Amino acid sequence: MSAPVFDVAIIGGGTAGCAAALALRQRGMSVVLLEKGACGAMASGTNFGGVRRQGRDVREMPLATRSRALWDRLPAVVGEDCEFRATGHIKLARDEAEMAELERYAREARDHGLELSVVGGNAVRALYPWLGPKVVGASLCADDGQANPRLVAPAYARAARAAGAEIREFAKVEGARWTGSCFEVDAGPASARARRLVNVAGLWGGEVAGWFGEGVPIRPLCPNMVVTEPLPYFIDRSIGVCGGNVYARQVERGNVIFGGGRGWGDAQAGLSRPRADVARDAMARALEILPQLRDARIIRTWTGFDGEMPDEIPVIGPSLSTPGLVHAFGFSGHGFQLGPAMGEILAELVDDGRTPSPVEPFSIGRFASAPPAPRLT
Amino acid sequence: MQFARVKPRASAEVAFTIDSRPARARVGDTLMTAMLLNAPALRRFEFGEGARAGFCLMGACQDCFVAFVDGSRVRACTTLVSEGMAVLTGASDG
Amino acid sequence: MAEPRVVVVGAGPAGMRACAALAEAGLRPVLVDEAARPGGRIYQQPPDGAGRPARELYGLEAAKATRIHALAPALAGRIDHRAETLAWNCFADALDLLGPGGPSRVEFDALVLATGATDLALPFPGWTLPGVYALGGAQIALKAQGCAIGRRVAFLGAGPLLPLVACQYLEAGVAVAAVLDATPFLAKLRGLPRMLSAPATLAKGMLYVARLRRAGVPIFFDVRRPRVEGRGRVERLRFEAGGVEREVACDALGASFGLRSETQLADLAGCRFEFDPRTRQHVPARDAAGRSSRRHVYVAGDGAGIGGADAAELAGERAALALLEDLGLSFDANRAAWLEGSLARLDVFRRGLEAAYPFPEHMVRDLDDATMLCRCEGISAGALREAAIAKDAGEVNRAKAFTRVGMGRCQGRMCGRAAAEVLAMARGEALGQAGRLRAQPPVKPIPMLPGVLS
Repeated sequence: MSAPVFDVAIIGGGTAGCAAALALRQRGMSVVLLEKGACGAMASGTNFGGVRRQGRDVREMPLATRSRALWDRLPAVVGEDCEFRATGHIKLARDEAEMAELERYAREARDHGLELSVVGGNAVRALYPWLGPKVVGASLCADDGQANPRLVAPAYARAARAAGAEIREFAKVEGARWTGSCFEVDAGPASARARRLVNVAGLWGGEVAGWFGEGVPIRPLCPNMVVTEPLPYFIDRSIGVCGGNVYARQVERGNVIFGGGRGWGDAQAGLSRPRADVARDAMARALEILPQLRDARIIRTWTGFDGEMPDEIPVIGPSLSTPGLVHAFGFSGHGFQLGPAMGEILAELVDDGRTPSPVEPFSIGRFASAPPAPRLT
Repeated sequence: MQFARVKPRASAEVAFTIDSRPARARVGDTLMTAMLLNAPALRRFEFGEGARAGFCLMGACQDCFVAFVDGSRVRACTTLVSEGMAVLTGASDG
Repeated sequence: MAEPRVVVVGAGPAGMRACAALAEAGLRPVLVDEAARPGGRIYQQPPDGAGRPARELYGLEAAKATRIHALAPALAGRIDHRAETLAWNCFADALDLLGPGGPSRVEFDALVLATGATDLALPFPGWTLPGVYALGGAQIALKAQGCAIGRRVAFLGAGPLLPLVACQYLEAGVAVAAVLDATPFLAKLRGLPRMLSAPATLAKGMLYVARLRRAGVPIFFDVRRPRVEGRGRVERLRFEAGGVEREVACDALGASFGLRSETQLADLAGCRFEFDPRTRQHVPARDAAGRSSRRHVYVAGDGAGIGGADAAELAGERAALALLEDLGLSFDANRAAWLEGSLARLDVFRRGLEAAYPFPEHMVRDLDDATMLCRCEGISAGALREAAIAKDAGEVNRAKAFTRVGMGRCQGRMCGRAAAEVLAMARGEALGQAGRLRAQPPVKPIPMLPGVLS
């Protein structure tokens, strides 16, 4: 039996992978995507749901700006809005040092095309009377927002499937190699061969890179998340703080989602659990900025597996060891907003060999002398 | 009122209010019992029409959460009624 | 070896017998229970113990209930009873607790989960109207609060609780409008041979039915398409029986279709689950002694699989003996063998009950799309079916993510089973394929518990 050789194989069914599958199909390429579980079950589905440009490392700004436009087009691209709402995002300062940081970042962000509006004490009280007294200032990015992470990657997967991509779920990839004529991807009965390979394997992206001699140091990042019962709607912005030790948003149905700190994860066993002590710290911090949560009941906590790079920015770009292989992983806790754009960028890198988006700062080459990640599976 | 007392209680009376209207129950009544001996329902459903009056009576279904005037909330079937409780059902009287 | 730290969750028949056996062996278990007084649900004690005699509260089970309650004073000082305390999380050999004194944490070397069961609810039109309660809920109102859920009460569902609660209401002087069994009469005959293995229990069940008949309460079998109607409250129940459309005037309805095990803590403790096609439930895998797949974690009573109160007592004690054995302490092996033998005999009766009350699949098949399936979030059966097909969501956790079914305060207790049944039927797949809702802490809603920030 000779299995077909796809134009592209994609390892990883998060938002970036599924969006890439769709974009590549739309360019007429044959695509197979292999995902070890269900599409969107890992970092893409368990994150906070913030869709934001504010607060990013400025090197990510062109990608985030490109992605922001795509969030508005979700209904056209995947058939549903995935509950994306441009509520705006406010980053809060809780003391003078944090206030200075807000102002510093606002100046830096403006140089990279992001307009932020920073206000102090009295204005904060007037604009957001529901914020706790500890808040001394806020920086607003008016067109940032939030969406439902459980919906996005699966929506892209369905759209990719409808466009003719072969999406293979519960197909864990155990190995891959370049044979000299094509890539072979080992996934048991779901194994595939392809002319090009995309490594969007999230936390496991470092291991995949290692199969091609360019392993990188990546560590698990398990964001500890908490959600309340439905409450009367009062938080009309998505909220973060300087330093990021708490973040919160309220969905239209009224549940308040907040998080902060790290849960527990055993990447080898594929098990992760939210931590009660960490959740309780997040509750304390959330109450400082949102005192009205005082009477709320918590109904759920969760975490998941994201991948974190030592410098907190992702690996994006062509492999330096193997032509035809492209990497995009290690989004270090802030990949959600970038997912839609990553689909287009990966399609450009695979099909055109280049992308108009500046991805040089994310090259895997910056880790060339670093020790590779320990085997996770 | 939804519930009917079939085994009279010998315990002391408890005075409380439902939507600012005086109501009476007995020591040993849960708040759910106390409310439903005096009113047809416990709360409004937040995602559609209609009221809710609890379901499982054992702290499992969470249908019976009611709000006090001060904003705090309790699960009525696992909370005993006490003197002076001021509970709101969200029912509109007119 | 330092004194092993043992925790028992649940002060019903299983948990109390486990505590008694552990205390007998010289251990001092921590007993965690949400209620103020022991007894669990079947032998629930009224809050004020307002002097109602046991016979009135527990009927023919009075002696058993009294014996369980009597364990508490007997164990006073020999166990660490944390009453009114919720165990809301289990992780890394410790439980997170919330009690009258606030949050705390208890570590364990061995854990007995005797977490009991709730009613098994199935949706039907009007089931969220004020006046509709679970059968167990209707019983609790009477038993623990001395109240009826209405003045003219109908009862609907499947399982031995149906004739029992109806009979209890009858004896309390409440007008019983009708008893509607959603399973066929013939099924009772099919279950009869096995139920003869416990003749006293069978006789009790038949006695309840006889009393209802003697009082002229209309009893229907194989009841289909129940619909509650009324303006903002229960006013009547419509249904089909014997091919005829019927109607019963009532102001309250007690309705549920069996019991379902509370397995969230077992899930969080890392126990492996298996699907039991006989009972249509996913329960923690366990051996005959109650050992789960996790070392030093034991499951007993209805929380491990529905078996009834008598079996729960035996299973609680048996699990305690296994715990002692596994800790290298002495235990009565003869007693353990006798308990297992008794449990096996009770299982015969249980199979008879299951045959007498087969799962009413018509409730799922006839469930119309417009009926609310998730009562916390207000999600219709149709929305779930649509996700099952259009979004290929054949597994409950996936369907939950897409539709919000199970995302409400009850965390899937009232809708999870119906969701699995609807998903499987919509996709033409076996029920086990739909999976089970994964437990996430807290196992019940908890208030904000801010930690002290350093």
